[in-house]
Amino acid sequence: MKKSRILMFLGALLPLLLFVFPLWKITLEAPQYPTPLGMYIYIDDFADANPHDIKNINLMNHYVGMKYIPDAIPEFQIFPIGILVSVLIGLLVAWKAPSRWYLFWFLLMIAVSTAGLIDFYLWEYEYGHDLDPKAIMKFTNPDGSVMGFQPPFFGSKDILNFRAHSYPQLGAYSLGLGILLSLVAYVVGRKEAKTPVES
Amino acid sequence: MKNRFYSLMGGLAALLTVFACGPTQEGNAGALTSNAAERVYVAPGEHDQYYAFISGGFSGQLSVYGLPSGRLFKVIPVFSQDAEKAWGYNEETKPMLNTSHGFVPWDDSHHPDISQTNGEVDGRWVFINGNNTPRIAKIDLSVFETTEIIEIPNSAGNHSSAFVTENTEYVVAGTRFSVPVPQRDMPINEYKGNFKGALTFISVEPEHGHMDIAFQLMMPGFDYDLSHPGRGKSHGWFFFSTYNTEEANSLMEVNASQNDKDFIAAVNWKKIEEYVKNGGGTLMPANYAHNVYDDNTHMATSTMEKEVLVVNPSEVPGAVFLLPTPKSPHGCDVDPSGEYIVGAGKLSADLTVHSFTKMLDAIENEKFDGDAYGIPILSFEDVRAGTVSQPGLGPLHTEFDGQGNAYTTFFISSEVVKWKLGTWEVLDRQPCYYSVGHLMIPGGNSRKPFGQYLVAMNKITKDRYLPTGPEVTQSAQLYDISGGKMELLLDFPTVGEPHYAAGIAADIVKARSKKIFELQNNNHPYGIKSDADVRVERDGRDVHIYMSTIRSHFNPDNIEGIRVGDRVYFHVTNLEQDYDVPHGISMIGANTSELLIMPGQTETFVWEPKQPGVWPFYCTDFCSALHQEMQGYVRVSPAQNAPELSWSLGE
Repeated sequence: MKKSRILMFLGALLPLLLFVFPLWKITLEAPQYPTPLGMYIYIDDFADANPHDIKNINLMNHYVGMKYIPDAIPEFQIFPIGILVSVLIGLLVAWKAPSRWYLFWFLLMIAVSTAGLIDFYLWEYEYGHDLDPKAIMKFTNPDGSVMGFQPPFFGSKDILNFRAHSYPQLGAYSLGLGILLSLVAYVVGRKEAKTPVES
Repeated sequence: MKNRFYSLMGGLAALLTVFACGPTQEGNAGALTSNAAERVYVAPGEHDQYYAFISGGFSGQLSVYGLPSGRLFKVIPVFSQDAEKAWGYNEETKPMLNTSHGFVPWDDSHHPDISQTNGEVDGRWVFINGNNTPRIAKIDLSVFETTEIIEIPNSAGNHSSAFVTENTEYVVAGTRFSVPVPQRDMPINEYKGNFKGALTFISVEPEHGHMDIAFQLMMPGFDYDLSHPGRGKSHGWFFFSTYNTEEANSLMEVNASQNDKDFIAAVNWKKIEEYVKNGGGTLMPANYAHNVYDDNTHMATSTMEKEVLVVNPSEVPGAVFLLPTPKSPHGCDVDPSGEYIVGAGKLSADLTVHSFTKMLDAIENEKFDGDAYGIPILSFEDVRAGTVSQPGLGPLHTEFDGQGNAYTTFFISSEVVKWKLGTWEVLDRQPCYYSVGHLMIPGGNSRKPFGQYLVAMNKITKDRYLPTGPEVTQSAQLYDISGGKMELLLDFPTVGEPHYAAGIAADIVKARSKKIFELQNNNHPYGIKSDADVRVERDGRDVHIYMSTIRSHFNPDNIEGIRVGDRVYFHVTNLEQDYDVPHGISMIGANTSELLIMPGQTETFVWEPKQPGVWPFYCTDFCSALHQEMQGYVRVSPAQNAPELSWSLGE
């Protein structure tokens, strides 16, 4: 089997690790939390970094009127299907299609991932800004607008007494590597096509 | 009269001087090293190296300190009611203080001992004796709470307790005061030959630590003062010091001090275990409380046990021997190898050390020197390994550093003396301020002591701290024993009388310490798992409130329909699952303590309202930014004219 095809197979399979490893992690640090509060986001679930973290994040956040982190969101139904379909397409491409199709899968995955990230951002925005009007504590920005508590999309940020971190995890890296491998497979495939078979 | 007093004191002082001036004396200033502060300083946020569990004596409790800082972390309520923690006040823990004499709100806690595996402290449990109304308590070090208390029948002045064998097979409890067995009405002066001294072996179930009285050895009517298990080669034996072998019953300070030698009783418990296993012993009617606290129901139950297995030593040949030991020995300590048994004759100036090997040899060759009530007495010279000659005055207790050295406290000459096992030479001495009783080296009671620090527990403090009226603080002192000479590093005040202590490397314990109780495992019959279960139920004049707490409210916080004359049970579940977020609750006029409820726990207090009105309750533990708002009201109406029972939150 050609090197490019092997790479494409690998690339198409890697996103399956999303079913094992978390996609993202949000961590909240504060002096009263020597062990920070943390939440893992899987493609089909939110999970505690340490036991009861989500419950404790909810308890903290209710002071400023943030809603409880839901047990489930519609994305948890959609994402796994999206990933499975993408992997299936990827495997079909790796199995049957000529190497120029690898680029198609690469672009498809870039589109799917971007959609996912935009959705994640929108959820975060909503979570951080849709505040209970009867919130115990209300904060305003210097310009007088209501202060939001959106966690950072990527990176670290101070929110009141907390320092919030938001970074991709092994699941996301596997997805990224898979996508990258498909591009490499495409490039390698093109080289293979140009080079006459030697043996 | 006065003159006679002064000349007596003068004579005593001269005597003390003679004894105190040993060859290695370095003046009486305590020789504080210049960097002592640095060596006990534990920087903010850092942890101590050792836990020290120091008994409170007449406080009835057990305090938890860090070493080397001497900082106090917690006072674990054991035998005495503690309103701060609702121990013995809330409905859940009242049964823990039940006895055959009814509810006893106090005791005198003396000797903590940490559970062992293969002769090394394992940090699972601490056992401690209640001296006055004989009991043994078990503290679970995953929660630092007392989870079991067993009463000891046929015992009185439960003092040679609570010491554990090498694999925590048994916790042993010996009686200091012999009594009629069974208890009966009889003339006190018929003590001799009629009173008995019970040595009780309590089995400890290896996994959960459940205690049961396996057997009681019914010994002659001496006073069994202290005890220690054999270890290593002497594992399977237990040693008890005795005084009042005269069997006197009055003016004991004179009449119990007449015999030149009393005994250390050596008990081969493995032999008795075997005897019992083969059906030996007699079941005797008894009545004693066995109280068990369950961390899932968060409740204690008290069961009255009705019989106890009694063993007569004369019926088990080869199981008990008496080792003559000079002058009312107090401390009875076994070195890490198990070879040496140190008897500290408190009225003698010498320390007598017996050899286990020589003892076995004497037994084998039947070198007996008479008997007491059928128990063979071994001859003194045949069992003695050596004598530490005149190391000080009033020897009490000995611990070991695992490097071949022993450390003995001297009450009268107020000092700790370091001496060498085998050569019996005195190596060093350091003064104590003042009148030291017990001493403790972490793990010093095991095969493997952590020979770095020594804690001396003093009986008298006088001028060592700022005065606080006639009653001044009690005190412990920390010495560094890692070098050739002992160095005094620190004085620190203690809770109650620091009677004895047990210490262990912090790492063994701290990883096992629980942060919360899992709410999902809460099986309290009146506990709730979520706000959906909150309710109030009436059962005649009893009203049960199933209440929850979570930052920062009670649910319900408005209750109406309570009548004067009701008995209102507040069953409060803390729904928190975060570390260090307890909630408290107290009700105006309740004739009991507050509750202090850990995350995931349920506790109950009873309130009997006596007059109509609207009565507030509130959270007593500063739990959160809105702690002050954590409050509620109960409306109490006249019995004939009360509204329907109702409850709400946020309506």
